[in-house]
Parts: sequence; structure tokens; C-alpha cells
Amino acid sequence: MKMKKFTPLINPQSIALVVVLLVNWILFPGFFNVTWQDGRLFGSLIDVLNRGVPVAILAIGMSAVIATKGVDLSVGAVMAISGAVAATLVTDGYPAYLAVLAALAVGIVCGVWNGVLVAFLEIQPIIATLVLMVAGRGIAQLITAGSIVTFADPLLIFIGTGSFAGLPMPVVIAIVLLILSVLLVRSSAVGLFIESVGVNRAAASLAGIRSGLLLVAVYGFSGFCAAISGLIVAGDIKGADANNAGLWLELDAILAVVIGGTSLLGGRFSIAMSVLGAIIIQAMNTGILVSGFPPEFNLVVKAGVIILIFTMQSPLATRLIEMRKTQRAVARKAS
Amino acid sequence: MVDQATDNPFVLEARGVIKIFGQSRALDGVNFGLRRGEVHALLGENGAGKSTLIKILTGAYQPDGGEVLLDGAPVHFADPLNAQAHGIGTVYQEVNLLPNRSVAENLFLGRQPTRFGFVRKSVIEKQARELLSRYGLDIDVQAELGTYSVAVQQIVAIARAVELSGKVLVLDEPTASLDKLEVEKLFEVVNQLKQRGMAIVFITHFLDQVFAISDRVTILRNGRLIGTEPLSGLSRTDVVRMMLGKDITFAPAVTGIEERAAGPALVEFKECGKVGKIRPFSLKVRRGEVVGVAGLLGSGRTEMARLMFGADQCDAGEIRIGDKPVSLGSPAQAIAHGFGFCPEDRKIEGILGDLSVRENIVIALQGKLGWFKALNRDEQMEIAGKFAEDLDIRAASLDMPVKLLSGGNQQKVILARWLATDPNFLILDEPTRGIDVGAHAEIVRTINRLREEGLALLVISSELDEIVAYSSRIVVMRDREMVAELTGDNINPSVIVQAIAAQHETLSAEGASA
Repeated sequence: MKMKKFTPLINPQSIALVVVLLVNWILFPGFFNVTWQDGRLFGSLIDVLNRGVPVAILAIGMSAVIATKGVDLSVGAVMAISGAVAATLVTDGYPAYLAVLAALAVGIVCGVWNGVLVAFLEIQPIIATLVLMVAGRGIAQLITAGSIVTFADPLLIFIGTGSFAGLPMPVVIAIVLLILSVLLVRSSAVGLFIESVGVNRAAASLAGIRSGLLLVAVYGFSGFCAAISGLIVAGDIKGADANNAGLWLELDAILAVVIGGTSLLGGRFSIAMSVLGAIIIQAMNTGILVSGFPPEFNLVVKAGVIILIFTMQSPLATRLIEMRKTQRAVARKAS
Repeated sequence: MVDQATDNPFVLEARGVIKIFGQSRALDGVNFGLRRGEVHALLGENGAGKSTLIKILTGAYQPDGGEVLLDGAPVHFADPLNAQAHGIGTVYQEVNLLPNRSVAENLFLGRQPTRFGFVRKSVIEKQARELLSRYGLDIDVQAELGTYSVAVQQIVAIARAVELSGKVLVLDEPTASLDKLEVEKLFEVVNQLKQRGMAIVFITHFLDQVFAISDRVTILRNGRLIGTEPLSGLSRTDVVRMMLGKDITFAPAVTGIEERAAGPALVEFKECGKVGKIRPFSLKVRRGEVVGVAGLLGSGRTEMARLMFGADQCDAGEIRIGDKPVSLGSPAQAIAHGFGFCPEDRKIEGILGDLSVRENIVIALQGKLGWFKALNRDEQMEIAGKFAEDLDIRAASLDMPVKLLSGGNQQKVILARWLATDPNFLILDEPTRGIDVGAHAEIVRTINRLREEGLALLVISSELDEIVAYSSRIVVMRDREMVAELTGDNINPSVIVQAIAAQHETLSAEGASA
């Protein structure tokens, strides 16, 4: 584990974020304006954070999954299930806290299911989680009986639209989750074990790591994160939409993790950088919206920025930088 | 042979080659010249720069200084494919071919004769048979390559490399996983290629083989050229001295270390076996003794080790520690009992390549401590630093990825990983395979030290001289069965060979009766 606190702030991801924000500012001069109204902050920057939360939270769980050389395609569908569970329970008259706990528990169960398929049946993660990606949306529709279940429960709505200490509630939840997960992963041995299993599962198992159990826990955690995201999205629209909640967000989450520098081949990972990746994606989305371009531009611009970031991270670029360093070193020795 | 020098110019030459990795110079102004029709051995301890030099000569690395010349003219190889097009082929220890395709397809992959865009299977099979017959190999070329022994695969790889390149052949530890007969077979092929004028670079850790086949030798140490000499004028001591820069004293060959006063067994395996893997065997291992395991590749040695470590589970028999029966359902359970296991294949089952040396050393201890009793960075540094020093692990930094270390140092890292867990029973599967003389001696020393400290050890090795030197008892494996347990005066290479060879007699007897 590198010491994250000393990670230099100058890296392709933070440069990309600054560039995206500056471009947004040029296109929309009011971009950096933040105002205080009714006891909370408003402005495009806050909007970027708030809108970026669902993907950012998915990316927290996804980082751990990808670090084990896996992938979790089911998170979007799990969001839909979690929202559906919470919405149906409160409309059926159960207390809101119970609905929230049930939704989180269902998310964990979904993740554990994925984990068992991957760890013990040894199904390739992309296929194993595809099962729930497809079936999950069906399950969510069964729970909501095919309709959008709306609710007026104040707690659920607060999760999606409330505010705390001036910040939107989703942002607060994401920050707390980020801090807790980084602490959990880095102050325990879990981070090391995840990286070991991702680098070489056979060797890690022979070194005494219970890799099956670890994989189940990691996928379970990803399901838990997806359930939180699902609650936030449901709270935001005051209803559970089984068809559209979290649709395609699994892909944005994978993208956020990869932009954050975690390799799809597993191993080294950084949860904080993945969250940064999610913010970059959202900054682009918001920028295009506020600058008045038609949203169709969104996807194309996104692709362009992503190619830029990956070029900066590519082995070719790394080699070029290394080569220049080496040449300088040779020149220094020669002189 | 030396006199040919003037009228036999270098085919491939490196002049003053420099290669820098980070802070260290892997190669520092190295010269190397290769002539037509010679077998040129390249020797050095792990980390001496052999692999780096080979990678530069075959285009896998670009030099940071100096130049490579082909037939006297400076040349730049963009990548190994480019070097191949210039006539330079490489065969690695691990055969880089496709085990699930036929022998013929492997030979012609990428240059299949076609008609109307279709591969002409009959043509390539005919050509493949002709090609291999030149190497004295008469096999079914339609069969999958993976169904043949490593030696056959090795020769197929050589045939392919020679066909594709034809000028220079680099053999990077080709004999590491071959038995004696297979090595002889390979050497016949090499000699034949030499007669045909191929220039051959031969990298190995076996000095016997160097003397058996090479004309000249180049020795590197710490990235520098120590010398290039004709072998006819050198003794083994000369070569070892050049490699190590000092006279080394091998651990004295004490044969038949006395069996310790029969203390109680630390661990006992009673009629343990697994169908299809290994027939039931019984074995007691005591504290302060090394049980050597001898046998050919595929004799069931590794299968036995995996059962003992819980990596595979017995389907029969009983395991006792002290007088308590235990079950070993997983490596984690075995480790909890104080077991440790250095697997045969370092790369696939041993190292965590992308992780640091430090993490690789502490991983088993951390696994034993569990998820939440984490060692912090300073504790990790202290533990890793201590064992790196004890075992003389040569790494520029404990934070560098372990995959950048040489094979010998990687092996020491895995040994350190287990020593850090304070084990009482260590299983070492071929701990000295494919590593250099210095690391080899260090590991043998460590085995002896651990035995004296009262550990129980089980060591699997193909090197009879070595296993005889440190074992208190030797069990011999043959055909997935434990066939002999040797003690006292019987611990000597000729008895072991007889026990192993009994197999071949019965086999040929069966062959005759069939």
C-alpha cells in the first residue's frame, strides 16, 4: 500500500478535473458561484457533487470488486430493487427506518449472491453479475407490481433531498461512506487482502487468505453501496421507478473506477480516486447542461475526455516519461 | 576453437551496453560477442544482468547506452518480432506456445500455407513431420502440443524458432524442467544446430550442462562483464569463482545426518490419499529433522505436499498433530497449526507479483492475524527488513514490486513469508530450482539452520546431492505412490536412483509382455 496521504495532488485525474471545471467556467461564467439560501449551499459546483453521488457511491463498492479482478454489473439493478423495497414497505405502512434497513439488507443479499457465484461456483464475474443485472430489474418490477410506487415519507425524501450542515444529504452520506470505507480498508488488513487476491488468487489462498470469504464480503459490500445509491435516487424522485432507477449506472461506476486509476486486471486500488473519477464524469455532464449545449453532446464529449485521461495513463505515456527521466540520468552520470 | 576468432566474426554483438532501471544499473557497459557455430553459455548469479542482456539482444528492451551489432552493422530491434525477422529466435524455460493446438499448427502458426484463404492442413502436417524428423522427433503432429512432455514441447519450440529466425538461437534455461534423458535429447538437437552454423546462446544454472555443451562462456556479475573465455581452459572452480567473485564453500556434504533420538512426531499422516492424485501414504515428521522427498516430475511429490498443506483435501486417512486428529480443509487451517508451504511454481502460486517485497513477506503473517489485527506500515517494514537481512534478500527497496526481483530473491521472499509466521512445519517444494549458485547456497544454509532450530521440514528436490546433504530421512515417490523410506547409510544418491529407476524396469517389462 502506498501512503495515500502523500500521493501527490498532481495526477492525471486531478488535472482532468481542473481542466473540465475550467472549461465549464469558460462556457458558463457563473459556474463557480456558490450561494447560501435557506440554510444550505446552492450553485453548479454543489450540483456536480450532489448529482455525482449515486455513481460515486457505486464506485466505492466497485473499486473493491475491480481490485479483486472482478466486476459487478448488477449494481444498477440492485439500486432499483433497493428503491422498490423501501418504497413498497413505506406505502404499506411500515416505519421508514425499517424500510431503509430492509432495503440495505436486500442489497447485501444481492451482493452476497454475486459473491457466492464468483467465489465458490467460480463463474466469471462478468457473467455471474450479468445474471442479477438482468433478473434484478425484473425482481424490482415484481416488487412494485409494474408501476412507479410514489411515497410521501419524510425520512426517505430527506435521504434524497434533505440537507445537513449546509450540504445536500446525499453528499453528506457519500462523504461519510467514503471516509468509513477508506478507514475500513486501509486501517485493517482488508485492503492488502483484496489486492493480494486480485493480483494472484492462487498464491493468496496458499498464503492463508480465505479468498472465497473475502470475495463474498467484497461483492456484498458492493451490493450494500448500490442499495444506498438506490435509496438516494428513490428519495430524490419521491418514488421507486423499477425500469429506470440506476439504469446504465453500473457502466458509469466502472468508468469512474478506471478513470481513478484502478486496473481492470485487479490489484492496486484507491477508493478516493474512484470517487474523484465519478466527480469528473458528473462535472462533464453538469457542464454540458449549464452551458446550454444540447444534452446529446454529453456522450460524445464524455468519450473525448475519457480518451484523454486514458492516454495520459497509458503504458506508452508512462514509458515516454520514464525514458526522458532515464536519458537525463544517463546524461548526468556522463557529465 | 579460439583461433577461429579472426576468420569467424561476430554474428551478434553488444558493445558497451547500458540499461538503467530506476536508480540501479542492470547493465553497465557490457560487451558480448556471439560467433556462428558456437554454443555460448551466459552465466551469472540472479540479478547479474543475464536476462536484461538477453532482452536487449532480442529486442524486448531498448538499451540506454551502447549499441547492438548484427553481422558487424549497428542494428535496432523495435521488439522481439523485429529481432526474429532479423534472424534471432528465443526459446524460454516456459514454452510460449499454444498447448491446446496441434503440434503442426504450433509450428506454422502465423505463417500457415493457405489456398484461397483456407489453411492447408495436410500440407502443414506433412511439412511439420519433415521438419521434426530433422530433430529426430517422430510424433503425431495432429495431437495437441500440451499432451507431450515438456522436452518435446521444448524441441518443437526450438524447431519453430529456428525456422522463423535461423541465425541466432537463444535458449533461456531450457533444461530447468527436464529430466536427464530429456536433457540429452535436447543437447543432441543443440549440437546438430551448431553443426549447421547456428549461433546459440545458452543460459542455465547447471554447471555440468555448461561444460557438457558450451564452447565459450561469458560471465556477468552485478551488471558488469567479468569475462568471456573458451571453456576448454577453465575449471569448474574458475567459473564459480568468476560468478561469485569469491571462493564459495558449499555446505559440507554430510551424508546421512543422524536420525534424532526418536522424539514424538510433530505431525503424522496416516494412510492419507486422494483418488487420482496420490495413493494413501503414511509419514511422520519430527521436530529437528528434514524429510527429503525424491522422485521424478509427476511422481506425486507435489500432490503429497498439497495434501499436507490443505491445498487439496485427503479423501482417506487421518492427520494427527501431537495426539490430536485434525482436519486440514484449507491452507488457512494448516497455517493456524503452524504449517508453511513454498510451492514449486513461484510465479503462479508463490509471489504476488504487483505487490511490494514488504507486502509479500508479511502476507501470511497478516493472514494468520486476520482481517482486523492489521500490522501497520512500520511493523511491516520491521518484519520485512529483519527477514530480508536474515536471508540476504537483494532488493533495491522493500517497497519495489516483487516481480522485479530475480528468481532466487523471489524464492527467498517466499521463504521469508513463512519464517515470519514462526512456523513449526515447513514444506518446501523444489526450493532451489532455477535459481543461482549464491541463492542456492543461502537456501541450503537456511534449511540446515531451521532444522537445528528445531523445525520440522519436508523438502522436495530433484537434486540428489543436495537432498542427501541435508535430509535425515528420504522418502521416494514413484507413480503417485510412496515406494521407499531411506535412512542411515541408505541415504545416498545411488540408492535413491535405484528406488526411482525400479519404475523404468517394470515399465519396460510391461512393454515387453504387451
